[in-house]
Amino acid sequence: MSLLRHTKGGEVHERQALTVNPAKTCQPVGAMYAALGIHKCLPHSHGSQGCCSYHRSTLSRHYKEPAMAGTGSFTEGSSVFGGQANLLTAIENMFTLYKPDVIAVHTTCLSETIGDDIPQITENAIDKGLVPEGKFVIHANTPSYVGAHPTGFANMTKAMVDYFAKSTREDKVARRVNIIPGYVEPADMAEIKRLAKLMGLDPIMFPDTSGVLDAPQTGVHEMYPAGGVTIDELIAAGDAQQTIALGPVCSGPAAKALYAKCKVPQTTMGLPIGLAATDKFVMAMRSLNGGFVPEEIKYERGRLLDLMTDMHQYFYGKSVALWGDPDQLVGLSELLMSVDMLPKYVVTGTPGKKFLKRMGDVLGDKVHESFVRQGPCADMYLMHQWIKNEPCDLLMGNTYGKYIARDDDIPYVRHGFPILDRVGHQYFPTVGYKGAIRVLEQILNVLMDRQDRDSPEETFELTM
Amino acid sequence: MNGHNIMTTAIENNIRLLEARKAQVQTKGSEPFNIACEKQSVAGSVSQRACVFCGSRVVLYPICDALHVIHGPIGCASYTWDIRGSVSSGPQLHRMSFSTDLQEKDVIYGGEKKLEKALLELIAHYNPKAAFVYATCIVGLIGDDMDAVCRRVSARTGIDVIPVQSEGFAGSKKDGYSAACHALDQLVGTGDTSDIKPLSINILGDFNIGGETWVIKDYYEKMGLQVVSTITGDGRVDDIRKAHGASLNVVQCSGSMKGLARMMKEKYGTPFMHVSYFGIEDMSRALYEVADHFGDKDLLKRAQDMVRDEVMRIMPELRKIRQDLEGKKAAIYTGGAFKAFSLVRSLRTLGVQTTIAGSQTGNPTDYKQLAELCDDGTIILDDTNPLELAKFIQETDTDLLIGGVKERPIAYKLGVAFCDHNHERKDCLAGFEGMLNFAREVHGSLCSPVWKFSPFRQKHKEAVGSSQTTEKPKATYIPTNVIKPGETSGGGGESKFATLTIGATEVAK
Ligand code: SF4
Ligand code: SF4
Repeated sequence: MSLLRHTKGGEVHERQALTVNPAKTCQPVGAMYAALGIHKCLPHSHGSQGCCSYHRSTLSRHYKEPAMAGTGSFTEGSSVFGGQANLLTAIENMFTLYKPDVIAVHTTCLSETIGDDIPQITENAIDKGLVPEGKFVIHANTPSYVGAHPTGFANMTKAMVDYFAKSTREDKVARRVNIIPGYVEPADMAEIKRLAKLMGLDPIMFPDTSGVLDAPQTGVHEMYPAGGVTIDELIAAGDAQQTIALGPVCSGPAAKALYAKCKVPQTTMGLPIGLAATDKFVMAMRSLNGGFVPEEIKYERGRLLDLMTDMHQYFYGKSVALWGDPDQLVGLSELLMSVDMLPKYVVTGTPGKKFLKRMGDVLGDKVHESFVRQGPCADMYLMHQWIKNEPCDLLMGNTYGKYIARDDDIPYVRHGFPILDRVGHQYFPTVGYKGAIRVLEQILNVLMDRQDRDSPEETFELTM
Repeated sequence: MNGHNIMTTAIENNIRLLEARKAQVQTKGSEPFNIACEKQSVAGSVSQRACVFCGSRVVLYPICDALHVIHGPIGCASYTWDIRGSVSSGPQLHRMSFSTDLQEKDVIYGGEKKLEKALLELIAHYNPKAAFVYATCIVGLIGDDMDAVCRRVSARTGIDVIPVQSEGFAGSKKDGYSAACHALDQLVGTGDTSDIKPLSINILGDFNIGGETWVIKDYYEKMGLQVVSTITGDGRVDDIRKAHGASLNVVQCSGSMKGLARMMKEKYGTPFMHVSYFGIEDMSRALYEVADHFGDKDLLKRAQDMVRDEVMRIMPELRKIRQDLEGKKAAIYTGGAFKAFSLVRSLRTLGVQTTIAGSQTGNPTDYKQLAELCDDGTIILDDTNPLELAKFIQETDTDLLIGGVKERPIAYKLGVAFCDHNHERKDCLAGFEGMLNFAREVHGSLCSPVWKFSPFRQKHKEAVGSSQTTEKPKATYIPTNVIKPGETSGGGGESKFATLTIGATEVAK
């Protein structure tokens, strides 16, 4: 019996009032994730207990790591009189007990609707002496009814600039480059840093969750693991020669804010997923290092290209259904197109202006063969209806695709957030040349397993 | 990663408890025992608690032929999408996630129209037996009149559309249970009870995780009882409608379904009793007490026979497991306190001592009872946080943590074994076979060789000195699904590996 037996094909009727099986989660979880990428930062959820508990659980399930965050513990009283008292108490308690360097406050739908003025309350806390010397409280507004988790990530990342970045000198520091990695995994952040260092640059990456949400087992409950961008680095970002923002939705706003505040020039580009996008990223770095690309990187690129050519006939003409975050979807689509696969169905629940145009650019003349949808009703249910009407060869997206994969027996590669039922995303990057090798390997594995499973005895092959 | 990190412990960091939390932590034996609880979490604490909505949602969720619509912004819905392992023997509608996904304009102008449209559309499409509509925080704030919408939709569609007043901020998870009970109360009493016999019960407060309701139901049926409805594990709307026809409500878990039992007592005079299905002692007592209630000799006789058979069936394996676990120490942190009682007893059956026991939502009576049950020196906690928990685990040198999703990574980071006894558990832990599963799970984690590599254990070994190594004795129990050569049934560690059977060939060792 199929789990999603309720989904039928046929005419896809327009829904306006309803989201079924969402392809997104809410803003604060993105803000929380970004905040965990600051060293010794404790995220704080200014709202009721439930939201915070859900957000932490989701991060814990995805990373198999403890995810620390405080809650405002709103009550009925706070919903009437506002959450000022809650935030003041919270700031005092958190600095006393958990001793973070930074508290990163994000709002929830509730505190947003109440209309709490976080900066003003924070001022108040400082006046009352609740914020110890040398410690900070930063904030981002993250109402989920206007965005989704990538929006929350973008907002908190921008807050890092707003609160910390400082321009301290006339000229910029050569080779110091700010890299805003976008909503990617800790392993991706580590990989991006590695590439930047190989390019001879001095990168400041923010946020940086590597070493935080992929921390080793130490036998100690580390409230603050070793990773994360430091406050000093965030301040120094204001003197960098250049900012490279990966992913317009998640990283663009912070890069623009940094330019406005400290006149650090910025380039915003897609996530470095796949060969062409990584080339772009490497070229951007090359323009800052005096124009060289080290052998090691060239070698990695060569290996990726080798894999693509060796196996291209297995990719040829395969159609894919994708769901997730806009920046990831654009990157993945570009990678798929580069090996002659078609992103046939693409949905994201995350709003954002340029997504459809970017997808159009990537799809080029294939645009008429694809269904791309964005917004509140762009959900897994819609995608499933499309698939019922006309199947595809591969699914790529977060854990929530497993119902469809099972129901319609379609090969499936997990990618994105959240992944609640597999490991690997914590450890292996999908960005850069090496990351692309991993993504292609994952795709090949499921496609070839399927071929092995389905091919009749006569054509069942040992060598593929 | 710098080397010294690995060797520092939280104890050296000497963590202080939040002043305001001191009253919520007590050690058994330090009289007078007077723990503070039933408080809202302190603002700023990294609480392990959830909200009212969460409480309602987990309780009603297993009703699998009903439609569950979450009225609110997207997050509340997407985080509760199919996260509880409540199994259904039929419809799977409950595993879908439906949300009104409120947008900014809805927050400003209200979401009633949107909700109404969504409900009409969904009911037409899925044809559910009833619909539950959950209020989230923001709905409470923007003042949507959910009751009115539900009434209208109900009138138009002819099915019960039931509002659940579960605004998250209006209390804790426990208040969510009570909102759920009020919602259920609207269904009970609307069905035909003519086919219900006098020897009949409702099973309340079991959610069929890993098929637990099925196991329990089977026991009762074997005793000769008619089970009218299971609320809410593998629940059906029509069964719940006629629940008032049963002669007794058997209620598990202190928090979640007590409210409904009380309401039914008041309205229909249905008596109720509290039971627990975890552990041999509690499970047997449940069956006996139910039999006693009916004062029926045959019922009691069949219950006794069944308990004897079941216990005999699982004891040999439990004994073997106990050999490996004797003297180990466990920490328990559960949602409701009631479960903690059973766990303390079950662990005792396995020779494991409880060093820390706590819950998210216990009340004073619960904690008093818990303290009575525990040994002196046991730390009793209400609404704890990760730092505290980690601190106490290390101070008491505890080997195993039993908890839920947020506790799991804490245990693993410390290098401590873990057993999920919350709604994300996968196996049936109730009843007699559940006890065996529980024992196997605990054994599987506690005796895993991975802890040998854990820095916490290694450090401890150094500290204690190599003569008194805390390293566990080699596990002797082997799970039954691994059949050892030369044995027909599994278990036991006596047999010698004189020969190894590889395929059909006997190879001398
Ligand atoms: S908004 Fe309210 S109902 Fe929703 S998860 Fe948060 S606390 Fe719970
Ligand atoms: S109320 Fe808003 S912030 Fe909280 S869980 Fe729901 S969508 Fe997310």
